Amino acid sequence: MAHDWSQVFRGISPEAAASARVESQAAEEKPGGWLTQLREGLAKSRRALQQQFASVLFDRFDEELWETIEEALIYADVGVETTASIVAKLEAEADAGLIKDRSGLITRLREITAAHFCQDDPRIDVDHQPAVILMVGVNGTGKTTTIGKIAWHLKELGREPLLVAGDTFRAAAVEQLVEWGRRVGCEVVHQERGGDPGAVVYDGLVAAEARKADVVIIDTAGRLHTQVNLMKELEKVVRVIKKRMPDAPHECLLTIDATTGQNGLIQARMFKEAVNITGVVLTKMDGTAKGGIALAVSHDLGVPIKLIGTGEKLQSLQPFDPLTFASLLFDETLGRV
Amino acid sequence: MFDSLSDKLQAAFEGLRGQGKLTEKDVERAAREIRLALLEADVNYKVVKEFVDKVKTRALGAEVLQSLTPAQQFVKIVNEELTALMGSASTKLTFSPRPPTVIMVVGLQGSGKTTACGKLAKFLLGEGKSPALVAADVYRPAAIDQLKTLGAQVGVPVYDEGTTSDPVDIAKRGVEWARTKGRDVLIIDTAGRLHIDAKLMDEVARMRSTVKPHNILLVLDAMTGQDAVNVALQFQEKVQFDGVILTKMDGDARGGAALSVRAVTGKPIKFASTGEKLDGFEYFHPDRVASRILGMGDVLTLIEKVERTIDEKKARELEQKLRKSSFTLEDFLEQIQQVRRLGSLSSLLGMIPGLPANKLKGLQVDDRAFDRIQAIIYSMTPEERRHPDIINGSRRRRIAAGSGSDLHAVNQLLNQFKQVQKMMKQLGSGRVPKNPLQMFRNPS
Ligand SMILES: Nc1nc2c(ncn2[C@@H]2O[C@H](COP(=O)(O)OP(=O)(O)OP(=O)(O)O)[C@@H](O)[C@H]2O)c(=O)[nH]1
Ligand SMILES: [Mg+2]
Repeated sequence: MAHDWSQVFRGISPEAAASARVESQAAEEKPGGWLTQLREGLAKSRRALQQQFASVLFDRFDEELWETIEEALIYADVGVETTASIVAKLEAEADAGLIKDRSGLITRLREITAAHFCQDDPRIDVDHQPAVILMVGVNGTGKTTTIGKIAWHLKELGREPLLVAGDTFRAAAVEQLVEWGRRVGCEVVHQERGGDPGAVVYDGLVAAEARKADVVIIDTAGRLHTQVNLMKELEKVVRVIKKRMPDAPHECLLTIDATTGQNGLIQARMFKEAVNITGVVLTKMDGTAKGGIALAVSHDLGVPIKLIGTGEKLQSLQPFDPLTFASLLFDETLGRV
Repeated sequence: MFDSLSDKLQAAFEGLRGQGKLTEKDVERAAREIRLALLEADVNYKVVKEFVDKVKTRALGAEVLQSLTPAQQFVKIVNEELTALMGSASTKLTFSPRPPTVIMVVGLQGSGKTTACGKLAKFLLGEGKSPALVAADVYRPAAIDQLKTLGAQVGVPVYDEGTTSDPVDIAKRGVEWARTKGRDVLIIDTAGRLHIDAKLMDEVARMRSTVKPHNILLVLDAMTGQDAVNVALQFQEKVQFDGVILTKMDGDARGGAALSVRAVTGKPIKFASTGEKLDGFEYFHPDRVASRILGMGDVLTLIEKVERTIDEKKARELEQKLRKSSFTLEDFLEQIQQVRRLGSLSSLLGMIPGLPANKLKGLQVDDRAFDRIQAIIYSMTPEERRHPDIINGSRRRRIAAGSGSDLHAVNQLLNQFKQVQKMMKQLGSGRVPKNPLQMFRNPS
């Protein structure tokens, strides 16, 4: 699938995007993975249409049907509360006679689900000189890898990214980011392990100005939202950025692993409380997890999902589309896709 | 962990208590609440369904409804089923009579394998073993560097061949290397992989049949949702793991994924891993956790924690200070730090029987209060910490600014400290228990 990346980043001209022709690669697909699922899902819907007898079964909207819908949502990690709210809306429409048959029901279910996401501008704002992007999230959710991917896309679009190794805590975190920088072909500002993240970040901003980098992407150490001191440290990093550039960071992206269960919502709330999250990157969507917690996160925080991670390569990054996402939560039979 | 699940279950029980007789409707309602509690805790929905059905069938049996204490009977049934779900006593590692014992660690990307390997090595050192590590993750940038750093930190040798060899060969040669080095346990850190990645799953399967590990441990993030079951079943099919290391237990996840994995694979959770410091690693005790979830406390773990964390010598020094009434803010800080090493306050309180987590809500146990106190004390000079009396108005203002708090907070802390000091003086003149554990051992 080729995406128009000028729609993904704010501040990239359509011409730049067209000439770069960044292709989201499909090479990394795995059977049962997200992309395959999308294709199979579409095939399935065609088949489903032919199997009209099934719709007879579903034409009676009975208790069991609602339960099946509930289960499909719960299974996708949408969570009890969000599920209840989506099903209630659907039920109200059905009761009002607005939904005629099973296929209409599924369509509305998907639309209602998609509408549950925060509908704000999902583009990543790089319309600044330089634009500053701060990446935060719980341990192992994919911050460093996502930074590599975003930097690569920006580079393809003719921008000059600069990476800052703000994870001074985890063993070999600096080496990991340096390796991504090498693959992308961009500079990485780093200091020794164990240093003060604020100091590296400050250095990074100074270097960005000196070297005329357009986009500064800052990596931070993974931290559990329950670790108060580490959350404070993150607040301090933002203060350091603001001292040098009062309107930055222009984006503060939270990575959420698609396999995360209901805890994802608390994570997101705590990160939002500490630093002002502007968007979510839902990673590891190439597995079998549905990432349904993203619904609650986006709705509750009022923050759009901006990107999805679909693998471990530089190219494994895609824009987020609520309706596609909703279509992948369940198929026509409400079974698992 | 598990605290909030505990709250919800107790709320369900609460509704039943105080009722002489249970009707079918009462049971239905409690069962629904239990269902919701488990789903919100990320227990797999199929597992939940079976669990709730079992509880319901048993609870609706004649002997419960007609018993004199139906509510207690109901709690007992839930307890039994929950314990059955989690497995009972903890299960240890298998050690080979012919060293090295090989432990292969597998799991999804980002679940915490490398850190868990470092922690396991440290844990085994503590058990008197001489472990070594093998870096078989040749894919993730700097994964080898990470393991080598951890190895150096723990003081355990690491075998690696860079990123160009085949991981299966690395593992094989690693075993030979461990044997010649006389290491008796070898831990193989493998790359994170998706359970549906045929090529990489085949790689671990080959590694398994080549090195024939004595233990295969699946690393599972405690925050995982419904997908945990898919992951576990696939890994079970391809590599037949023996047990689970549950990571990131220091978060506030409700840990239902762990219950589900045990339920669908029958494989026990062997280890619980907490925090990024390398000593947060211990055997998992399912029975104790079940009892905690049900609000019955977990005194055993609390006692073990206290014994491990509280420094006997320091405790005696403190006692001396108390007797001599020379308790300073520095000692106060030390005390706070010791208590904090045990874990969060709310998690500690959750271990005390008779203090169900939901009753503690009103107490407002806020660990952040500790942070504020620590920040204020850190902003004092050593002189001020030893002689709080010299802290006058201008010093107070400086401390408030330095710690990012306000004058009010500083005053409050100093007043509280004075009260503590007074209390200590009274205590000091009387008898102070030598061992904090006495509190638990002699319930009078
Ligand atoms: N399959 C898949 N794996 C991913 C994706 N994103 C990241 N990963 C993998 O997940 C693991 C963790 O990724 P990192 O980028 O190191 O995560 P992090 O948040 O920086 O981790 P810490 O800095 O340790 O907190 C690595 O093995 C990555 O290759 C994704 O979209 N799909
Ligand atoms: Mg990282």
